[in-house]
Parts: sequence; C-alpha cells; structure tokens
Amino acid sequence: MSIAANVPQAVVRRRRVVNAIACSALGLAVVIALIPLAAVLAYTINKGADRISWQFLYHSMFGVGPLDPHGGAYHAILGTLEQVGLASLMAVPLGLLVAIYIVEYGQGRLRNAVRFLIDVMTGIPSIVAGLFIFSFWVIGLNQGFSGFAAALSLAVLMLPVVVRSAEEMLKLVPNDLREASYALGVPRWRTITSVVLPTAASGITTGVMLAVARVTGETAPLLLTAFGFDAIRRSPFEGPQSGLPLYVFAQAGSAFDVAVQRAWAGALTLIVLVLALTVIARLVAARTKAT
Amino acid sequence: MKRIEATDVSAWFGAHKAIEGISLMFEPKQVTALIGPSGCGKSTFIRTLNRMHEVVPGARFQGSVALDGEDVYGPGVSAADVRRSIGMVFQRPNPFPTMSIRDNVAAGLKLNGMRKKGEIDETVEWALRHTGLWDEVKNRLDRPGAGLSGGQQQRLCIARAIAVQPEVLLMDEPCSALDPVSTLKIEDLITDLKDEYTIVIVTHNMQQAARVSDTTAFFNISEAGQPGRLVESGPTSKIFTKPDDERTEAYITGRFG
Repeated sequence: MSIAANVPQAVVRRRRVVNAIACSALGLAVVIALIPLAAVLAYTINKGADRISWQFLYHSMFGVGPLDPHGGAYHAILGTLEQVGLASLMAVPLGLLVAIYIVEYGQGRLRNAVRFLIDVMTGIPSIVAGLFIFSFWVIGLNQGFSGFAAALSLAVLMLPVVVRSAEEMLKLVPNDLREASYALGVPRWRTITSVVLPTAASGITTGVMLAVARVTGETAPLLLTAFGFDAIRRSPFEGPQSGLPLYVFAQAGSAFDVAVQRAWAGALTLIVLVLALTVIARLVAARTKAT
Repeated sequence: MKRIEATDVSAWFGAHKAIEGISLMFEPKQVTALIGPSGCGKSTFIRTLNRMHEVVPGARFQGSVALDGEDVYGPGVSAADVRRSIGMVFQRPNPFPTMSIRDNVAAGLKLNGMRKKGEIDETVEWALRHTGLWDEVKNRLDRPGAGLSGGQQQRLCIARAIAVQPEVLLMDEPCSALDPVSTLKIEDLITDLKDEYTIVIVTHNMQQAARVSDTTAFFNISEAGQPGRLVESGPTSKIFTKPDDERTEAYITGRFG
C-alpha cells in the first residue's frame, strides 16, 4: 500500500496542477519585478559608461559651457557625500535614540504620540521637507543656501525611516536576553548598549543604509536648500553647493547632447555610490556579528 | 552563602493576583524544590526573590524578602545589587548571541565594570570548571556561545550566573528544554553546587525534585484565575512519602496536575 493511498487520485492530480500554476506564477512575478531594475541599470550603464573617466570624476563644471565636451561631476560628488554624511550624522543617532525610547523606555500615551508623529513624518513629501528648511533655515534664519541646509532637509526625511526600521529590529531582540542581563545585576542602560544593540546591530545597519540610499537620490529638497553650484565648494556651510541629483537634473534639462551624456554619467556615478555604501555597510554588519 | 526568608509575599500582574501570602525559608547548603501544577505561581514567586518580577510592566509586589536579615526591597537597595547576590538560571538556555563563550561567562563581570583581564580570565576558567564545561570548550572559548548544544548552553548560563559570585542561585525549570542526558548532567551539577550556594529550583518533574532537593514546597491554585498559594513545605523525603495535606498527596501520586 502506497503512502498516498488514502488520498483520491483526482485530488492528487488537482494538487499537482495547482502547485505547477502557483510556482510558475511566483517565478513570473520575480522576473517581472526584476525587469525594470535590470533595465534601468543596463540603460544607465549603456548611456553613461562612455563619459565616465578620471577627467569626469576629478573636474567640476566651473567655466564649462553647455557645448564643451569636457567638464565633470567632482563638485557634485563632493556635495552629495558631505550633505548625506552630515544628514546621517544628525538623523542616525537621533533616530536610534528615539527607537530605543519607544521600545525600551516609552509607556502609554507619550510613546503612542511619538510613534504617531514618526508615522506622520514618514509621509512627508520630500519637496515639503525642502520647503520647510527653505522657509525656516534659508530664509527665516537668513542662513542662505548651503550644503548644510540640504543636509537638514535630508535629515528630516531620514529620521522616520531610521526610527521605524531600528524600532522593528529592537523589537525582534528576545526578551530572554534582556532578562538574562538584568539577572546578572547589569543595569538597564548597560543592558541596552551591550546586549540589545549588538544583537540588533546588523538589522539596524541595513535599515540605516536603506535610509541613506533613499535620501542620496533626493532631488526636490536640494533645489530649495543647496540650490546648485558649478564650481567646487568644499565647505558645506558657505553658500550654494551642488549634489549629484541636482547635477543630473541640471544637465539632463539641457538641449545639448554633451550635457545629456554628462547627466547619464552623473546618474551612473550616483547608482555606484549608493551601491558601494550598501556593500560597505553589509561588510561592517557581517563583521560585528561574527565577533 | 546566605539564607533567604520570604514573608507573606503576594504579587500581581496588572489586576491579576498571581500569588498570595507565601512565606518560605531557604537554608544555605540546601536545595529547595518548588513543585506544583502549571500556573500556580512558582516562577512568579522565585522572580520576586531577586526582584525580577518588577521587570514585567504592570507588575506589583507586597510582602518582604530578606537575605540574611537584610530586606532586598528596602530603601537604598538597588535591584541590580540584589540580582548580583541572587543569581538566576532560566527555563530556556539564553546565552548572548553576539558574544563568545568566554565573553558570555565574563558578561556579568564586564558589564558591571570589571576591567582586570587577568582576574576575568581566572573567573571564567573557574566558572567553566565548576560547571564541568571547561574540558569541552577550552579550545574554542572565542567561538559563539550559541554554537553549543542545548545542554551545554544551559551549563554555560549556569557558569555565567556563578561567575558574578552570588550567594543564592535561583533556577526556573532549568531542564525543561533539555534531553534526559543533559538533564542528568545539570542535576549532578546542582548537587555539586549546593555546598557553596543556597539553591532554589522550580521543576515540573517530580522525580527531579526527589533526586536533587532537600526540601520541597508544594504550590497550588484552587481554580483558574485564583492566586497561587503555598500548600505545604518540608523535607523532601517527608513530602514525597507522607505529606500532611491530601492535595499534596494527590499531586505527587499523579492524580491531578
């Protein structure tokens, strides 16, 4: 007697058919989801790779006209690194502290209020974040356009993403571990820094990287805060600065082929930059987990 | 080694009263087993002894617990200090997943501010030898603690608990997630450790209580939703052969629970 003898043949056949249909549907969904991703990547490489050179990566647009074949994105790369770096320096520690408050300390209505506000912040359109910093910092406090103003608007966008992802990761840390630490007479703050955070570290790193990757490509808030600049501006605190998304936006809007090529090269640089940051973060996370 | 004296202990989770009016004395160099059906408050009770009960949100406590006459809930006594004197081992082995075997055992010392590496290493070896783990792990002290078998993990947790040099060791069903061979090893370990610590063990396994304990206390609830109470306590041999209370007899002979 076979194992499946108690299931009628018709049912077995029907199950096989349903299984085959479901499996192919899943496979198809994966392929469809990957098509736009692969297409964007392939198209950008195809259009942009030719223009990428040391000349492009090491020169700004200072004194370069729209028809000149040279000119580069150095000033924009520098601007993006500074703006995203400053935004991360502000949003990541603050976001982590808020997440720790929500998961480890918060109780009752105050915690719910904080979570609600973070949810609302998640929904803020990026142009609104730009407008807010524009009216509050650039105009209101009369600080003018700068890379730092851009960093402020990017931090507003990063904060809720960091909080929500860190919150989810902290919640995944088993309560057993907190209790084991308390039972050794370890105070609560020390339990959080030495047991809870290391356990959640790799997940938190992934969440932070997603937030970084997201804001690295933001264009709208930069228009109102960094404004854009053709020359190299090393300091993010004095005057308008460029950034890769702004650079792509400005060059792509031009009617000349050379400029459009520069836009593609800038877009490719942006993608590679985000990819590199993600890979580095993954390596760091894997390393902290191993020890 | 110190004596613990619990007097008229009651504990709540929110509005639910989990245990009521429990008074028990735990003597040094003795193993006391707490037995009783599920939900009768054994775990809740031992968690009031080292102030782990208050970690749960909404938890409340009434009564007194004294360690050699000193009130552990007294003013100026911090919960962290109490827990360093009264160690605890949990039902499921819970080594810290990000730490090596060595760091797991050293966790209580390091996280409480001890910096002297030589002393820490000495204590780690001492604790691992005491729990019979040293020969099994001495060549892989830097590997993750989570890579050990369940029984080894639980002995690692016991090593971690005794490394802080507590006076008392509380064990909340330490073998319920382990196989019989690992269980026997833990039981032997308990017998070895009892010369140096006051040990309280919660167990669902009656044979285990009979094997390892000197004193047994039987807890019970009259019905679901009612607080757990202490029915009787006494020398293990007496509780298991001629208990005073008929409910104890019914429980240990397997007629309920």
